[in-house]
Amino acid sequence: MINVKNLTKRYVNVNAVDNISFDVGENETVGLLGPNGAGKTTTMRILTCFMPATAGTATIAGFDVFTDSLNVRQQIGYLPENVPLYLDMRVNEYLMFRAKLKNIPRRERRKKIDYCLELTGIRNVQNQITGTLSKGYKQRVGLADTLIHDPKILILDEPTIGLDPNQIMQIRQVIKGLGEKHTVLLSTHILPEVEMVCDRIMIIDNGKIVAMDTPANLMKQLKSSSNVVLEIKGDGERIKSSLSGIDGVNSVTWKKKGDINELYVEGSGEEDIREKIFKCIVKDNYILREMKRQPITLEEVFHQITTKETEEVSDNA
Amino acid sequence: MRNVSTIYQREIKSYFYSPIAYVVISVFLIASGFFFAGNLQFWQEASLKGSLDSIQFFLLLLTPVITMKLFADETKSGTIETLMTSPVTDFDVVFGKFLAALSLYVVMILPTWIFVLFLTIFGNPDFGPIYSSYIGLVLMGSLFVSVGLLISSFTRNQVVAAVIGIVSLIILWVIGFLSTYGDGWFYETLRYAGTFDHWESFTKGIVDTRDVIYYLSFTALLLFITVRNVESRKWR
Repeated sequence: MINVKNLTKRYVNVNAVDNISFDVGENETVGLLGPNGAGKTTTMRILTCFMPATAGTATIAGFDVFTDSLNVRQQIGYLPENVPLYLDMRVNEYLMFRAKLKNIPRRERRKKIDYCLELTGIRNVQNQITGTLSKGYKQRVGLADTLIHDPKILILDEPTIGLDPNQIMQIRQVIKGLGEKHTVLLSTHILPEVEMVCDRIMIIDNGKIVAMDTPANLMKQLKSSSNVVLEIKGDGERIKSSLSGIDGVNSVTWKKKGDINELYVEGSGEEDIREKIFKCIVKDNYILREMKRQPITLEEVFHQITTKETEEVSDNA
Repeated sequence: MRNVSTIYQREIKSYFYSPIAYVVISVFLIASGFFFAGNLQFWQEASLKGSLDSIQFFLLLLTPVITMKLFADETKSGTIETLMTSPVTDFDVVFGKFLAALSLYVVMILPTWIFVLFLTIFGNPDFGPIYSSYIGLVLMGSLFVSVGLLISSFTRNQVVAAVIGIVSLIILWVIGFLSTYGDGWFYETLRYAGTFDHWESFTKGIVDTRDVIYYLSFTALLLFITVRNVESRKWR
């Protein structure tokens, strides 16, 4: 549905987007992840025909974003960052205005608006002036607007920014539901969000794609997932030295918590070291209170990828 | 054309949701009413002589206040992004906004017909110059509005848009006077480019196609530049 080839956007002397290529398939949900200023918004603005690329091509549902921009814009629903709304209009009125702009036939407008009000849960504020709504409600009005013409493709720029935790959960549910029938490209820097919602993740940094895969694969790719957290009673220093002796253990750190030690064991490979640790503990007769594997979170993946990148850059420099 | 009307309707509503329309119209009517009374007393004749020139001057000051928000506000609040990523052309947006501001302008000058009403009650005015003057006012309005619209598309600050708009209109008005300082093509061009000379013939009861063409073509040129300027976001 979205095909991007060698897309570059150059501002005066920085490449905001630097030669990126990617594809998004039908009904796929892809998360665009990256630190601030990585080029997420620029990429989205190019895809929504708000600004053109310096080089490269992008097509959406078969239409070129530069030469066929009106057709592209009819196919997409775009929610910009910070959700700009006309603050002097009522919710109903605003959605009616947007429905007209998006060429929805007169007879269907009311029905579509009602459907979107229901879907985003803003029926109760439909007669309020948008300027008086809270941030969360504004966000939902924006979302209702992006959905109103039932676009095939949704492009959402940080859809959950500035919401309270309950609202975040709700909006995510809505997006997840939409992902079943729509192609969704969303940007965020909240990692659990992409983990929950997206089929695929694309990490961009400094305008370049540094990783693109499913959330599970990305986590697998990076380092070992064999880190273990333990709580053991006894002399911390001694426990540390005996655990360090185990084959496959890279490093052990510990800190005291009352008469209990909390240990963090980092494995060196793919191998699961928990059984070896168990045997060692039994042999030395320590009292084990807890043992759990520490899953690598996307935060770590993200951190590793984006900082690795900057290290390489500084190495080259 | 449907998109033009959608944009037009929104802009008109937005004028009357905000205090701008009410404030501008009231200020205009109070000021022009005051000067109508003064001129009437001074000239002692049943015509809009003098009053029209003061009306024209207030329009010159107030039209940029009408147009200042058209693009500046959209750019500042970011709604330009949702607007321009909808399936509308840049021309639809520019023309819709232009028509909305021009309509407000017409709404603003319509109540001045009450002056004409007074003249017919207490005297016997010649309607020829009055009709032609109002044709002139509307044509001049389209020029003023398009100047304001163009300037609003350059900035995100409404105050800046209004101030520069007023200054530009004043310049456009006074360059006509400069032509009295000399002869030759240069001064002749200035005289033609300024609005004053064209406006004057309307107040005398003359509807000259040259003046009509001046206003219409100047408006079209400015609207064209505005469309290009809105588009220029795409070249940068």
